[in-house]
Amino acid sequence: MAKSKGQTTREKVEAGLPRRRRKELMFKFVGMLATTVGVVFLGVFFSTLIAEGSSAFKQTFMKLDIELAEDVIAPGGELDLAYADFDGLVRSALREAIPEVSGRRDRRELYRLVSVGAAYQLRDLVEANPELVGTKQTMWVPASSNVDMLIKGNIDAELDESLRPISDKQIAWVGTLQDDGRIETRFNKALFTNGDSRDPELAGIKGAVMGSLYMLIVTIALSFPIGVAAAIYLEEFAPRNRWSDLIEVNINNLAAVPSIVFGLLGLAVFINWASLPRSAPLVGGLVLTLLTLPVIIIASRAAIKAVPPSIREAALGLGASQTQVVFHHVLPLALPGMLTGTIIGMSRALGESAPLLMIGMVAFIVDVPGGFNDPATALPIQIYLWADSPERAFAERTSAAIIVLLGFLLLMNLAAVILRKRMERKW
Amino acid sequence: MQSTTLILLLGFMATAAFYFGRGRSLSLVGGPGHGTALHSLPGYYGYYVAIWVAIPALALLLLWVMVEPKLIVTLVVSGLPEAYRDLSPGELNLLINNIQNLASGDVVSVAVDETLQAAANQFNQYAAQSRQILAVLALGFAGLGGAIAWRRIHPDLRARNRVERVIRWFLIAASSIAIFTTVGIVLSVLFEAIRFFQKVPITEFLFGLNWSPQMAIRADQVGSSGSFGAVPLFTGTLLVTAIAMVVAVPVGLMTAIYLAEYSSARVRATAKPLLEVLAGIPTVVYGFFAALTVAPWVRQAGESVGLEVASESALAAGLVMGIMIIPLVSSLSDDAINAVPTAMRDGALGLGSTRSETMTKVILPAALPGIVGGILLAVSRAIGETMIVVMAAGLAANLTANPFEAVTTVTVQIVTLLVGDQEFDSAKTLAAFALGLMLFVVTLFLNVIGLNVVRKYREQYD
Repeated sequence: MAKSKGQTTREKVEAGLPRRRRKELMFKFVGMLATTVGVVFLGVFFSTLIAEGSSAFKQTFMKLDIELAEDVIAPGGELDLAYADFDGLVRSALREAIPEVSGRRDRRELYRLVSVGAAYQLRDLVEANPELVGTKQTMWVPASSNVDMLIKGNIDAELDESLRPISDKQIAWVGTLQDDGRIETRFNKALFTNGDSRDPELAGIKGAVMGSLYMLIVTIALSFPIGVAAAIYLEEFAPRNRWSDLIEVNINNLAAVPSIVFGLLGLAVFINWASLPRSAPLVGGLVLTLLTLPVIIIASRAAIKAVPPSIREAALGLGASQTQVVFHHVLPLALPGMLTGTIIGMSRALGESAPLLMIGMVAFIVDVPGGFNDPATALPIQIYLWADSPERAFAERTSAAIIVLLGFLLLMNLAAVILRKRMERKW
Repeated sequence: MQSTTLILLLGFMATAAFYFGRGRSLSLVGGPGHGTALHSLPGYYGYYVAIWVAIPALALLLLWVMVEPKLIVTLVVSGLPEAYRDLSPGELNLLINNIQNLASGDVVSVAVDETLQAAANQFNQYAAQSRQILAVLALGFAGLGGAIAWRRIHPDLRARNRVERVIRWFLIAASSIAIFTTVGIVLSVLFEAIRFFQKVPITEFLFGLNWSPQMAIRADQVGSSGSFGAVPLFTGTLLVTAIAMVVAVPVGLMTAIYLAEYSSARVRATAKPLLEVLAGIPTVVYGFFAALTVAPWVRQAGESVGLEVASESALAAGLVMGIMIIPLVSSLSDDAINAVPTAMRDGALGLGSTRSETMTKVILPAALPGIVGGILLAVSRAIGETMIVVMAAGLAANLTANPFEAVTTVTVQIVTLLVGDQEFDSAKTLAAFALGLMLFVVTLFLNVIGLNVVRKYREQYD
């Protein structure tokens, strides 16, 4: 045994052990900490999202007894939906509900308790049932977003009057309405059936969801066949030459190119050069196709690679041509894996927003798009637009829209997992 | 005839052609019982005829759709009175737009006079004629193709080989789209960038310290010459990226190490999918979270210790971006760590080193190239990330390295320059493409190196 300073090696090692064990523990602890960072963020993220967004699925409604006065809606016995003063009817019903309000300023404040959507609702009702003209209807109409926020507790009534968007008087009136049983929170159907709106209480995500849907239809119709064909060629037919290498390098690089660059491509090629319409789901779908193609090709190639060569050899041995081998045997066996990859690619396309900003899909569009050439937004873009709006009620809706978007993504990924589990074959 | 109806009709014709072709091949050899006398299976003769019917007609349709609008516009313009033909290109464009809007019954921006109305009528007339000619030609092509193929059917015709050759070309075309996409990106960005550099010298763009991309409407306006020095954007991008990397690299790496070496199988089975969820959250959601939750929190925390923090600080955007990139770093590090041969690890453990010593002194040095490649990919991802910085970082171009101040990035500027109305020959719009070119070149460079390093490293231990 070598000795130095009167210690054996064994003693030296033993002397170092506590320090080394401490280091080991520290290292392990740091690792644990790092792992928890991601998980904790996820927890904080989802809890704030749900805390913030769940209230948007409820909406405050107000019960009003509205006199459908004949001289307003149908002057001279003829229905006049375009110019009838439905607002006036709602206002007089409101005055009736809280009779003690007087003076122009107070009345104007009173009118702000109810949403402008009440008049639309009234008009739709009369349009559908003209025979109701002249009767008195008890209706639940949406309250304004400020009342909604107050009822949900998002506006602090203790705050100084100048610091909140709703006045002391208005709070008192809301209290009266509540005591009369005229205020109720219900499921927020408008969120799912309306397009965008400047008024938070009327804004919904249907337009954005339909826009996303049209875009995904274009994307899947193009990227699935093209992606699968490209994967088949590269795996089964391509000779090992420079052209195939070039294609391969290209695909790997495209998968890592920033998505906004695809937006620039879409703007320059599809909109400026091919003069396709701006803000159209068609163009969005084309850009997303280019974006998702590499993902689908890479996944499809992996699925084709997983098919054992014995199957190809058996078919070739029986006299099938190479094309027949691929289309009769390899493709059906690789299809589940290809579909899984496609679903993953689609979920990426659904969450993508940066390239869509470039091709003009970031516009305030009220109408629900009805086709591939109509102006539209997408769900992530709607989230972006609402996140920029200053009203408190839009913050709540943004979170709700995010919950819906994440729900869709979850469903798609779940479908991919189930597909993989059920169709996966072990060779 | 609408082009959708035309396509449907062609599809129907192709289907019919398939059955006719198959029937013809069989009847030539004397019925279904004698199929072996044919070179190929009867179905291939069907496909052969169907291809002849569909492909020439569809090619014509595609060509027509691409050429038609420009042709009609040229015809309409040439039919306009003398006075209109000397208009400047911009005015002419406006006129054409108005004619088109009038023709389709939309709102028109000028008073409708007789010439305009006549031109719009002319436009509609040409469009109707064009559609008629197209329908006749396409159906004619389909019929002609079908007849040619029909005549060519013969028991010795190598129908399978021909059909397979068409399939092969389709597959090649599909796989070439990746190349066309890259070429398209390079060309579209490069051309606009070159136009930009004709207006603004490239040296000013690359080395100028002042970024304020407004263009004047009149020449004598204040600040009529926008300045396009992109250095503040580059530093801003680098600052946000650096903050993101400071978060993502240690956390991602330590997570990978912990999950690979220390955690129980159960922890790994729950933590890994959770981290993958992190990777699947859309970036716009991260942006919302950064702007509405993290940024105010950073600001408060900074103020409570007496720091002045901008409400759109680089720190908030960088932190959230870092969290977004954790899964990427951890999964690439995980790959690299797992690729190190077990023999090396077992050897180190057998010599008595602790697990942390094995990791830091043996495995990490061996895995370093793979990890570095992964980090390069992560940096490229951070540089190109858009939504988080658009929502949480600022718009003003500050030349600063202080993470508490607001900075702007290349991607933010591309978005702000291109969102909204734009004309395509102002330096302001073209600047976005120059920035896009920079972004593309830098990320391409990082990706190529990163991908190569990762691949080489994998091969090294295989």
